[in-house]
Amino acid sequence: MNLATINIAAILPTLVLSVVGIVVMVAEPFVGEQKKSNLGWLAFAGTLAAMLSLVPMANNRGQWYSNLWIVDDYDVFLDFIFLLIAAITILTSMDFLRREELNHPEFYSLLLFATAGMLMMAASNELVMVFLGLEILSIATYVMAGFRRADLKSNESALKYFLLGSFSSAFFLYGIALIFGATGSTNLLAIADALRSSKIQISLVSLSAALILIALCFKVAVAPFHVWTPDVYEGAPTPVTGFMSVGPKAAGFAVLFRVFLTAFPSIEDRWGSAIWMVAALTMILGNVIAVVQPNIKRMLAYSSIAHAGYVAVAFAATSDRGVSAALFYLLAYSLMNLGAFAMVTIISRKEDKLVNVTDYAGLGSKRPGLAAVLSLFMLSLAGVPGTAGFAGKFFIFRAALESRLVWLAIIGVVTTVISFYYYLSVIVQMYMREPHDEFSDVRLCGSLKFALVISAAGTLYLGLLPTRVLDWTTTAALR
Amino acid sequence: MLWLIPILPLLGAALNGVFGKRLSKTLITSIAVGSVALSFLVAVREFLTMLSLPESQLPILTDYFTWIQAGRFQAQFGFMLDHLSGLMILIVTGVGFLIHVYSAGYMAREEGFYRYFAYLNLFVFFMLTLVLADNYLLMFVGWEGVGLCSYLLIGFWFTRKSAADAGKKAFIVNRVGDFGFILAIMLIYWTFERIDFQGVFSRLGEASDFAVEPLGSVGVLTAIGLLLFLGAAGKSAQFPLYVWLPDAMEGPTPVSALIHAATMVTAGVYMVARSAAIYNHAPGALLVVAVVGAFTAIFAASIGLVQTDIKRVLAYSTVSQLGYMFLACGAGAYAAAMFHLMTHAFFKALLFLAAGSVIHGMGGIQDIRKMGGLRRVMPWTHKTFLVGTLAIAGIPPLAGFFSKDAALWAAWNDANYGKLLWLVGVIAASFTSFYMFRLLILTFYGSPCYTEQDVHHVHESPNSILIPLIVLAACSIVAGFAGVPPVLGGDNHIQQFLTPAAHEAKSESLGTTAVELTLMAISTGAALAGAGLAYLFYVVRPALPERLSVQAHSMYSIMLNKYYVDEIYDSVVVWPVVRMSGEFLWKFVDAFMIDGAVNGIGRLVRGSGAGLRHMQSGYVRTYAGWILLGGVLVIAWFLK
Repeated sequence: MNLATINIAAILPTLVLSVVGIVVMVAEPFVGEQKKSNLGWLAFAGTLAAMLSLVPMANNRGQWYSNLWIVDDYDVFLDFIFLLIAAITILTSMDFLRREELNHPEFYSLLLFATAGMLMMAASNELVMVFLGLEILSIATYVMAGFRRADLKSNESALKYFLLGSFSSAFFLYGIALIFGATGSTNLLAIADALRSSKIQISLVSLSAALILIALCFKVAVAPFHVWTPDVYEGAPTPVTGFMSVGPKAAGFAVLFRVFLTAFPSIEDRWGSAIWMVAALTMILGNVIAVVQPNIKRMLAYSSIAHAGYVAVAFAATSDRGVSAALFYLLAYSLMNLGAFAMVTIISRKEDKLVNVTDYAGLGSKRPGLAAVLSLFMLSLAGVPGTAGFAGKFFIFRAALESRLVWLAIIGVVTTVISFYYYLSVIVQMYMREPHDEFSDVRLCGSLKFALVISAAGTLYLGLLPTRVLDWTTTAALR
Repeated sequence: MLWLIPILPLLGAALNGVFGKRLSKTLITSIAVGSVALSFLVAVREFLTMLSLPESQLPILTDYFTWIQAGRFQAQFGFMLDHLSGLMILIVTGVGFLIHVYSAGYMAREEGFYRYFAYLNLFVFFMLTLVLADNYLLMFVGWEGVGLCSYLLIGFWFTRKSAADAGKKAFIVNRVGDFGFILAIMLIYWTFERIDFQGVFSRLGEASDFAVEPLGSVGVLTAIGLLLFLGAAGKSAQFPLYVWLPDAMEGPTPVSALIHAATMVTAGVYMVARSAAIYNHAPGALLVVAVVGAFTAIFAASIGLVQTDIKRVLAYSTVSQLGYMFLACGAGAYAAAMFHLMTHAFFKALLFLAAGSVIHGMGGIQDIRKMGGLRRVMPWTHKTFLVGTLAIAGIPPLAGFFSKDAALWAAWNDANYGKLLWLVGVIAASFTSFYMFRLLILTFYGSPCYTEQDVHHVHESPNSILIPLIVLAACSIVAGFAGVPPVLGGDNHIQQFLTPAAHEAKSESLGTTAVELTLMAISTGAALAGAGLAYLFYVVRPALPERLSVQAHSMYSIMLNKYYVDEIYDSVVVWPVVRMSGEFLWKFVDAFMIDGAVNGIGRLVRGSGAGLRHMQSGYVRTYAGWILLGGVLVIAWFLK
């Protein structure tokens, strides 16, 4: 092991996030009650600084730290998504924490640590490193889910997430142990090399690949490993739900793509068809059950399951086009879903009480601006042309067709049609139902407006002019 | 500078359309009239420039930008100025300008003054686009645009149901024609792989290149010609698609003058003349054009004999005169058709505007049986109307005589059934003369048939109305001299002027001078006979028409009811379509099948969703169980 090759630039964004996270936590006791929001802005600045430090990182492509850590275009693009998610979540949370009298700045620290975990997952070239990132992410997220300590639902959410998350981590660890036993390494490239020689016991490799797949499927919440999602999402504080529905999901997919396309291409015939079934089942279950949800947070939980299904379609395509489409979709989905959850945060008001779809009745006449923005997010989630959701779905289905996954594409389109029902029902409530609420206590502070503007602008930009970002994801997908 | 001609009215339309609500009437009028006046001046300048160029440099083609590019298909946004389109832009902007001036006085007290002028300017823009276009597709844009403006202006008083219905009727009937036009454009592209006039016409010589089985090159060109004529018949109100034009009289009278007499309805004639090169290779299509034109001429004239609404008489007269133009086209005499188009634009606009002046003075009454004796009250309107009547009836030496005679002479010389077509034209001419003098006598002569109780203060119209009338009357007197035939000592300027652009088909069997003079005398005699008969019926023995209508009752009522064509359309087309869509498509296909299927699928999805949500028990142990089950399945799949 050669310790001389310490490369700060290659890990700079992760480092920045960790340091800012620690600073926020340490500074908390010394900051007055009124100034605690400033720590939120400090955390926000931290994410921006991390985003800037992606530039020196991108200039240090290659494998570092004894091949544990890899820097490539794929990694840079995903890091950008993660940091964007963190920044928008911070903006959405600031007002929420003040409103709910939960203004404890360690929230921001936890968020920064979780994000650092995601960055590690995307940059890992090593299964143990992946596990490390996964746990850093998960533990921070468990705590955030239970952040409303006095609320039973929030506690239930945290506990369920923790128990089931530990359960799935066990699968992951067992998978790592088996692959180490079979190939003598946990490095992805070394595993791929070992699999190319014929002396490997293929059933052992298959078993370990299956176990790793199960654990990651749990993280990204695809059927049938999605069962925890609705309860956890419903109980968690709304901004945290927004974060959970995009961050860990994106990180999970980042690892799925990297591990399976790098280490296990030789047994693609096995996992490819498994992913096919998982994707089909996820799209059907997510969309069909979302139709009957009266609670908008639960509806969005099922919707996020369905969207994981679409990304899984891109995964099942097992091509560069598929990876590129998935990366595009993760960015598009993060923007529109965070936007939708920011709106839910605004409308739910004190104690997250008003979270039924019927609570949105008449919003169009009382607060036309908010209703228009939420309509944009709903239309984009449904996949209406001109929005990010359409461009994303289009690229995914195109990749699927190019890989001859005709039936998967058909299932995808049919379930998309089903999804219009529940997305449009929100718009129906807003514009076609009589208001029974004045929405006079709906407050919009600067940071929330900022978050909405970023999400809405991004959703429109990706929908109207997708080519530039698509070019970027195409480069990122090339291995 | 060519682009300025259509752009100016468009600018006027935009200004008045967007800001009109807040502008004063004076300003609205200045914008609307001024933009068309400027456009007219530019048109004159461009026209003179064109005349100064040698023939080899014509037509002047200007491409502004590539409008549509898809694969090998290309459509330019470009204008083409030659003698044909040059004549048209002068008519459109010139007559258009006069009618704008007239409208300022006529519409002064209307609600939606700005809306009216915005539409009218927009119409001028589209009409100019239509005539200046250098390819069929751009021409179609103008074609549809004028149709839209026509629809909007017919229904200008949209709160009146009859006006709204008339607008819809015009729109729907025109769709039939436009469908033919679209098919023609597609067939042209399919055959020649291009749609610009120059490109298509230049390839007509190489017949073998585009012979398409099983039609052969003549067959293809005949098909194109017939489809184009279907479009022309819709826009130019030829049988059987003429039914919308009489109803279009629901619009304001200046609109009837500009759109439904002088310009838009002649677009079909222009289009056929523009496509002369194609028609000359398709004699079958030409014959259809000639026969339909002649039939429409006499058919519409006969309806006009008994109508009692001043504007409807003029409307049927327009249909009939358009028939003459197509008759000339069909005989291969495109220059004669364009000549009649020009003189008709003057005298028919004059007649409509004078009729508008009468209606204005009478406070909205349009029934000629309630008029009479207006000669004394409205001297200027009477004089100009008299000029218009003499012109359209074909009394020498007014404009209509020369142009109608040119059309009839062309028909006589046509190899196919020429003599028969000529005879039909002459009879129609005597009808024309009869109904026009009938109109003139009932309106302006005799004693008033209205009482002071019905109509308060019948008065002559203001100057803004009279001046356009006088200018148009002057044009109706002199315009004919542009085309004095050689037998009468002239040298037929307009014929020579249009020949390079109109691709005249050469007639082999031109009759002798003696024949031509004889025919001229016969048609003049027919016109005089019609006028004399009208004098006999309505001045000498006013009881005669009444007796005749009783004695020949069935004939009279058929004509009065316009040959029941509207009723036939109602029972053959409208009623079945309405029943089909109401009973079958709506109640069965839409409400029962489609809604049923959609709702059924919705119920199915909701039902399965409601069932599946029971996966969600809320117990961690159940969830762990599901995950375990899934895990076992995945592992089993991997190890299979």
